[in-house]
Amino acid sequence: MSLVSRHLETEGIPTVIIGSARDIVEECGVARFLFVDFPLGNPTGKPGDTKGQTEIVDQALTLMGQAWEPRTTVMSPQVWDADDDGWRDRFLPVTDENQAELAAAGVARREKQARTGRSLS
Amino acid sequence: MTQGPTPTRRSHRGFVSYIDKSREYYAAQGYDRSYEWAAFADAPFASLTKPLSECRVGVVTTGYFPDPDTVPYVTDHDQAYAAPLSAVELLAADKLSWAKDETHTNDTESFLPWRALQDAIDDRRLGSISPRFYGTPTVYSQRHTAQIDAPAIAKWMAQDHVDIAILVPF
Repeated sequence: MSLVSRHLETEGIPTVIIGSARDIVEECGVARFLFVDFPLGNPTGKPGDTKGQTEIVDQALTLMGQAWEPRTTVMSPQVWDADDDGWRDRFLPVTDENQAELAAAGVARREKQARTGRSLS
Repeated sequence: MTQGPTPTRRSHRGFVSYIDKSREYYAAQGYDRSYEWAAFADAPFASLTKPLSECRVGVVTTGYFPDPDTVPYVTDHDQAYAAPLSAVELLAADKLSWAKDETHTNDTESFLPWRALQDAIDDRRLGSISPRFYGTPTVYSQRHTAQIDAPAIAKWMAQDHVDIAILVPF
């Protein structure tokens, strides 16, 4: 998506990305980025949170109107869960407990790809 | 002296590094070659040429249509697309990588904010929203995204007289 943003900027269309994968967007380098520190999946607000969704879009529009140079990142003050930060570790976990399972899954996936001739599934 | 809010204390950075996480996850599955993400030193920048209240916004998602025959959309190379706003109800994200154990996508406003944008239009903060939204489903090939999908989306935005774009990846 960051590559699309860069292309649109070169075509003269100002962009803002609203997203949660901060490192991926910032490594690529975009004009304007509203960082929402949520689990991946709900960039424009928590499900059902009308007020929070409005705030995020409002902040994105402010960023659109006020940024004056590229790589401008603004962070939403919204917090996913004030009592549980564990979602950060639960995504794509690699632990002592699941290493054997992950290794087996990798073997099975490669065998399936070899059978079907597909490089991605 | 005014007492400010109490800080959270951290010995490591707070936000997730998805580059690190995905590399370690696939390495644990026995893949010896890491995905190499796009990185640039510079970034292009287009300035607004008129007030937001006169701008038409186009929205881009990474969602896709699992049953394209049911959607009145246009597509290039069976990948990027432009579809009417109402087609958001037919959009899917199941095959994309996001935190399915933590959240869900039952509320479309949490990833394509039509209501919030309409509120901004009603408040005269924003001019209008394009009648179509645009999609660039996540693919492995950066070349495909940059050289095929991105120009297709720029073309459709020009057809729809889009002035500014909001991009919302899952």
